[in-house]
Amino acid sequence: MDVAALTFLALGLPFVAALVAPVLTRFLGHNAAWLLAFAPAAIFVHFLRFVPEIADGEIVTGGYAWIPSFNVSFSWLIDGLSLTFALLISGIGALIVLYSGGYLKGHPHQGRFLSFILMFMGSMQGLVLSDSFLMLFVFWELTSITSFLLIGFDHGREAARRAALQALVVTGGGGLLLLAGLLILWNVSGITQLSLLLSFGAELKESPFYLAVLLLVLGGAFTKSAQFPFHFWLPNAMEAPTPVSAYLHSATMVKAGVYLLMRLNPVLGGTPEWQILLPLFGVATLVSGAALAVRQTDLKLMLAYTTMASLGLLVLLTGLGSPHAIEAAALYLVAHALFKGALFMVAGIIDHETGSRDLTRLGGLRSAMPLTFVIALAAALSMAGLPPFFGFLAKEEIYGALSGFDARSMAFAALAVLGNALMFAVAFAIALKPFVGPKVETPKQAHEAPVLLWLGPAILALKGLSIALMSGLAHRLISSPMSSAIAGEPRTVTISLVPHIGMPLLLSAATVLVGVVFYVNLDRLRAGMAVVLADIGWGPDRGFDQFIRGLLRIAVAVTRRVQSGKLDVYMTVVFVLVAAVLLATPVLYGELPRAPFFAADVPAHELAIMAIAVAGLVAVVLAADRLTAIVSLGIQGFAVAVIFLLYGAPDLSFTQFMIETLSVVVLALVMTRLRLSPSDHRPLHQKVPDSMIALACGLGFGLFLLRATGTPFDATLTDFYNLYSKSIAHGANVVNVIIVDFRGTDTLGEIAVVMTTGLAILSLVRLRAGSLKRGTDERQDAEERA
Amino acid sequence: MKSVIFRTVAPFLTSLMTLFSIFVLLRGHNEPGGGFIGGLIAVSALAIYGIAHGVEPVRRAIYFHPMAIAGAGLLAATVAGLISLFARVPFMTGLWIYPSLFGVEIPLSTVMLFDTGVYLVVVGAISSVALSLEERGGE
Repeated sequence: MDVAALTFLALGLPFVAALVAPVLTRFLGHNAAWLLAFAPAAIFVHFLRFVPEIADGEIVTGGYAWIPSFNVSFSWLIDGLSLTFALLISGIGALIVLYSGGYLKGHPHQGRFLSFILMFMGSMQGLVLSDSFLMLFVFWELTSITSFLLIGFDHGREAARRAALQALVVTGGGGLLLLAGLLILWNVSGITQLSLLLSFGAELKESPFYLAVLLLVLGGAFTKSAQFPFHFWLPNAMEAPTPVSAYLHSATMVKAGVYLLMRLNPVLGGTPEWQILLPLFGVATLVSGAALAVRQTDLKLMLAYTTMASLGLLVLLTGLGSPHAIEAAALYLVAHALFKGALFMVAGIIDHETGSRDLTRLGGLRSAMPLTFVIALAAALSMAGLPPFFGFLAKEEIYGALSGFDARSMAFAALAVLGNALMFAVAFAIALKPFVGPKVETPKQAHEAPVLLWLGPAILALKGLSIALMSGLAHRLISSPMSSAIAGEPRTVTISLVPHIGMPLLLSAATVLVGVVFYVNLDRLRAGMAVVLADIGWGPDRGFDQFIRGLLRIAVAVTRRVQSGKLDVYMTVVFVLVAAVLLATPVLYGELPRAPFFAADVPAHELAIMAIAVAGLVAVVLAADRLTAIVSLGIQGFAVAVIFLLYGAPDLSFTQFMIETLSVVVLALVMTRLRLSPSDHRPLHQKVPDSMIALACGLGFGLFLLRATGTPFDATLTDFYNLYSKSIAHGANVVNVIIVDFRGTDTLGEIAVVMTTGLAILSLVRLRAGSLKRGTDERQDAEERA
Repeated sequence: MKSVIFRTVAPFLTSLMTLFSIFVLLRGHNEPGGGFIGGLIAVSALAIYGIAHGVEPVRRAIYFHPMAIAGAGLLAATVAGLISLFARVPFMTGLWIYPSLFGVEIPLSTVMLFDTGVYLVVVGAISSVALSLEERGGE
């Protein structure tokens, strides 16, 4: 098979695996994870083969035409950026599938869970590999939907349901902003492919729509990547089982926004707006995320808030856009994926094996879980940015990018040091506190985790060490192509493990120093933070609830106004509208019919029929009770049917006769059921407006029919049917031939409607009868009790 | 309904009308008539019987639930359309065969089946509504 077909297969494979996951789990139990992990592993191997080519500066695109008339295609773009993401997603994905196998062992819905997570993987992979806008958007929203399923996996709990809904509303809503942005971009440039868009940056930045596109795209990216003040869904998403958190935070959804910003950097970046908005939001997210992380004692929540901080850092770096900043962003993104994935899985192991993940109730686990301790330490060292781990390289590059002597750089550098120091403290709080110190009693007897659980984090932690040690190779194959893709021009990353004398080293030293101080005083810091937060009180999380409540209240008010629940109001509205349309249109457009004229020699029997019709109408109006009125209406209908017959439409008149008969029967039946009073007792102030509306409708229809019959008749269709109904459809009755043959598909639809209507009426009748019956039963019960 | 004359006449009237409705259905392709009108006539027949003798006898007489009849009709109409796919012509193309029975040539077609489907849907859906309205109307 050629590469394009294989890539196409790789895009679809996770969804196929998702389909078979429940079946496999039913037969193999948790061991199905070993088999299912082959899908992401195969994808990983497939993309690994692209690495040398991409490292040489190639860009691979491919795909198929999807909607050619709109120039929309199903196409992919593989360059340094998307390749790195694809490798992270499939590589970590394979480990996560294995980890889920162990973590949810024996869970009744494990198959469903594996299915969800594979779908999530497929959506994320599609998102980063998309070349076409539409495909990008579809996968973007798919990640929102699949993460909704994952976060709400434990749907018995209210907190999980709320968190899932919140994530969906925030990220899905942001996705709609993104769609608007992409549509404008498409409109302005006429380009539907990201790979072609790269050459359009200069023109776009001068376009008057630039700011609109930028703001809309940022709306999508910021909500997805949990930038302040849209960050609140991210910690709440911790309601999901730990494998989800590990995946969501390391490789997938929350990075999607950062991915988008990096992807569009060559097109949208470099302008003053970009360089102000991104760093501003980024640094706010960095500091608030780190501060909120310190506040927590739950391992997963601490990690969640540090993810938020890291995302802020990435947005800050992408926004700055200098060569150093881009390279730092590329390095840090990979480093973060590795250490955060590992740490989350470690947190899951601790939770799984001890029954608690509260920092204050854990301690002394090092002898029971030595392997986990080593993994946690390795990941934490990378997170803290200490050598010889990959995180160190990333941090040095970050400080290299921030070391400048203007006020702006110094402010950013100071805030970055603060944020990093807080993360340093949190990293060691997670990796050290549960393991050192005296042994603390935990709900479960702690012991080392099974292989399915420790395998994933061990590989990730090892990876964080090995790519730092072989940094030359890693830079050539991954970091440099990725930075080049973000920058939009060739870049080479050269940073090595040797400390860099100068400003970066100084900032590093400051970070470690402040971090150690924070770590030692962590309890005091947490208490202080709690006081500050309690003083602020209101937060975006509560704001979200207020927003949703307000929205519901508006919806209820509008519904109550529009849907009064009274039939006569609806009828009045409908008929007033009909009258208005029928009367206003001809008047406004000067389409009034000419005055009708009656031929002098109307035959006597036709006059008689008309007289009968009019007499029927008069009888309706004068009738003393309703039943008489209904029957009198039938007179008028029969008269019309006779007119049809006279003018040579036997089919029509036949039908009209039957319809009139049946409608009288049905109306009479409905009347007895509704138990209306036999006659009409409405007061005059209701009768007058109603009759006005009726008159207006009648006048409108009259004018409309006069105008319609006044236009010259085009006989083309008539001739066609007369000519061909016998020869093609073997039928002499043209009307019937049209119904069952020429336009048979229409009729098929119509009888489906008839049937559905019948069902609907039937259920309404039953419903009413049922409620009446229940009402009587309840009354009888009450009487019996009394 | 208390009228003895009406109660006596109703069964005859109903059978005649039902026969007539089938006649109208079958001749529809060449003369005025067809599935829709035939169905309406049949419903009227059932309504007369129902008014004269009550709903239960009608339900017993037609044996199937009216909605089942309507469903069968919709199925027949859809199948009539699908048959043409097996003959490798577009959906809903009319197909004709002319078998001869006792020396008489009888034209049969998917169009006929389709019209019968229409007939059944109309009979089923409308009579189901009419019957259920009538059923508890007296309470």
